[in-house]
Amino acid sequence: MNTIFCLAGIVIKELYRRKDFYVLFVITAVITLMMSTVSFFHQAGIVRYLKDICLLLIWISSLVIAVVTAARQIPAERESRTIFPLLAKPVSRWQVVAGKFTGCWLACGLALAVFYLFFGAVCGAKEGHLALPQYFQAAWLQWAMLAVVISMVLLGSVVFSAPSANVTICFAVVAGILIVGAYLAKLAALQPPLAAGLLTLLYFMIPHLEWFYGVRERLVFDQDLIGWGDCALATAYAAAYVAVFLCATWLVFRRKALTA
Amino acid sequence: MSVEAATIRTEPDAAVPAGRRAVIRIEGLVVEYKGRGFGQGATVAVKGLDLQVYAGEAFGFLGPNGAGKTSTMQVLLGFQPPTRGAAYIYGVDVREPIARQRIGYLPEMTYYYKFLTAEELLRFYGRLFHIGGAELESRIGAVLKLVDLEAARKRLIKTYSKGMQQRIGLAQALINNPDLLILDEPTSGLDPPGRMKVREIIQRLKTEGRTVLFSSHELGEAETVCDRIAIIDRGELKVVGQVADLVKEYQMDLERIFLKIIGYPPPAQP
Repeated sequence: MNTIFCLAGIVIKELYRRKDFYVLFVITAVITLMMSTVSFFHQAGIVRYLKDICLLLIWISSLVIAVVTAARQIPAERESRTIFPLLAKPVSRWQVVAGKFTGCWLACGLALAVFYLFFGAVCGAKEGHLALPQYFQAAWLQWAMLAVVISMVLLGSVVFSAPSANVTICFAVVAGILIVGAYLAKLAALQPPLAAGLLTLLYFMIPHLEWFYGVRERLVFDQDLIGWGDCALATAYAAAYVAVFLCATWLVFRRKALTA
Repeated sequence: MSVEAATIRTEPDAAVPAGRRAVIRIEGLVVEYKGRGFGQGATVAVKGLDLQVYAGEAFGFLGPNGAGKTSTMQVLLGFQPPTRGAAYIYGVDVREPIARQRIGYLPEMTYYYKFLTAEELLRFYGRLFHIGGAELESRIGAVLKLVDLEAARKRLIKTYSKGMQQRIGLAQALINNPDLLILDEPTSGLDPPGRMKVREIIQRLKTEGRTVLFSSHELGEAETVCDRIAIIDRGELKVVGQVADLVKEYQMDLERIFLKIIGYPPPAQP
């Protein structure tokens, strides 16, 4: 475990020294502040639009951080050959995969915490109250979803030779799931048997990231909390996909040549 | 016996001679690389290599480019699985990460995280060996002093010169106080003072009783530093023995021995 956290520490250190996060945070903060000064329909109390746009920004920013950070981890190690002195230590390839995942996930968690704190402070000031459990639940489930995305990107990073190809494909897959994931079953019902079977199989195979996206709408429309049991089930669902993706990453990476 | 100990692959007891125990034991090692293109056959980089390196000796692993030195080193360090045969370090199969617990490795080029400072890099590598707290801090100080980088310990590695990067490489190889050092072309690309410094450090480690395995093209360096050498060519071990014995046997210096063994100059075509 110590080895995994050591590797994770390097990922986090690299992220804050590369300053990608600061750029995204500044953009998100500026847009959030600008939005908070706008009075929708001349009603100072309406914050729904502010929440909607700012949460969308947080989703996009955190997805960018997750995908871009995870995509470069293993390819950069191979390209810069830092993988050689690393694997010359008592470190297994499984620990490298787990360490990279943990680092990216924790880094995204830190970024999310900063985004949500800022967003909560702005919305709370505007609304006059802060629904802390709703914010916590939204941030937690978004973090769980990012775990699935990061593990998927890590798998892509050992399958595709170019990190840019991996980033493009992963963004397309994530966007595809978020947009059409929920409709695949309905679409299958309208297709001939073979296509219907394939679409149904796809529906049950893909990680349904759009389920997590729904939490965002609950926050925007001030709806009640999701049951904590359901929240735990969603976390377990994400954990299962993370386990599958990380095992697949390790299976590919353990036989992979170390040079890019 | 713990579950972990029970699952670690170790050297068969019968393979260990009664007297001297080999630190490195390579048995019938074959390394093949599959052809990348359609219809390309496999390339055999190492052909049935048998080799032992004993405790406390400085062992030079010599050969021309493409001889199979790097492939052998990659197997020893667990970067590449052997196609056939086996290799053991301190009796543990090299495929087990624990085999690398007592090893220090210096790669040929400087492959380190350039966004870290020297002490951050050493702290990171030290923790991978489960060294921590005051012991780690004291080792960081000691190895930085050994390689003359104390003054630059808080500088980012990307600001280091080539010689300094090679020395931080040596420092990271020593952070775990290793019993076995594997050095891949340790003086490659260094200026004469840099070479001398690295050579001095190797000599010092040797006198401390550590085992040093290094590959090099610098035959003079091998002659100065090594107790024994092995010359490998086209994947085959051509000669292994004590430098002094080889010089006596062939009645020539190591460079000429090397050239003779690898067949240079090639015989003229009729």
